[in-house]
Amino acid sequence: MHELSLVASVFEVLEEKAREHGAARVTKVVLDVGIMSGAVPDLIESAFEAYKRGTLAAGARLEIVVVPMKVRCPDCGGETVREDADFSCAGCGSRRVEIVEGRDLVIEKIELET
Amino acid sequence: MTTKTITVTRDLLATNKEAAAAIRRELRSRGILGVNLLSSPGSGKTTLLEALADLLKGRYRMAVIEGDIETERDAERIRRKGVPAWQITTGGACHLEARMIGKVLGQVPEAIDFLFIENVGNLVCPASYDLGEDLRFVLLSSPEGDDKPAKYPQAFLSADGLILTKADLLPHLPFDPARAAAEALAIKPGLKIFTVSALAGQGLDGLAGFLVEALGRLRSGRA
Repeated sequence: MHELSLVASVFEVLEEKAREHGAARVTKVVLDVGIMSGAVPDLIESAFEAYKRGTLAAGARLEIVVVPMKVRCPDCGGETVREDADFSCAGCGSRRVEIVEGRDLVIEKIELET
Repeated sequence: MTTKTITVTRDLLATNKEAAAAIRRELRSRGILGVNLLSSPGSGKTTLLEALADLLKGRYRMAVIEGDIETERDAERIRRKGVPAWQITTGGACHLEARMIGKVLGQVPEAIDFLFIENVGNLVCPASYDLGEDLRFVLLSSPEGDDKPAKYPQAFLSADGLILTKADLLPHLPFDPARAAAEALAIKPGLKIFTVSALAGQGLDGLAGFLVEALGRLRSGRA
């Protein structure tokens, strides 16, 4: 359960961006959560709801976009998108794949009220 | 009152990644191999470090940073082996972060070969945090069961090596080392696998040899 530390980083970014744009409030936050990032969307949501009280994002809505895993195959060169932890190439069945997407946690967009 | 949407595209772990990169640069410039040990509680991380301390004694110098939620117990065990050790107590946090290591790094003696970091016992959260190490090992002990790699893929995915511990208990348990290895390799091809018993002194030479080779590579790449 490290989602609270992650959400604390979200709020550092929110404060920085609000200051930069002279905004009083943050009304929406869009996060990309890779399925192999090690973070759980439901837990991020609970942590966000708990953390936002009394902050500039008190009324903000959190939108989580779950990013599937994309693997690239060194044997056949194909790319496969996986919704679960299947580390194999759909094209040739190779298990030597390299993960190219789905490990990241990214704060993608925010909506500000000025 | 107007609303506007701005694109941020900021990695949430960016701050940790930057701190880790600084640690990695410092360790490499000092010719120290950083090793991060991850596992669930009780899989034998401290016992393995005690055995490595005995094995490397007189030939290589090591230091240990211990991460736990509470107590100095692990650092005290390591110090009893004559090895410098620092305890980080996270007070509840389930993982170590790079800036915690950064704070201790200044106290680590210049002339050492290996800096081991024993993470908080947890097979989930520590996987997401780079600590600036050069090698990351996951430990899996035989009583835990051989079905863990597929259940906790992120930890195995982030590792360079897997150490199957408590091999002396294998005759009494249904744990199949080949199955655990196959599951882990399906997640992370090329994962280096060691089977050891720290208490029985089994398999440790292979692991120590691997660490010494990695140290040699790090130092030759430094020139």
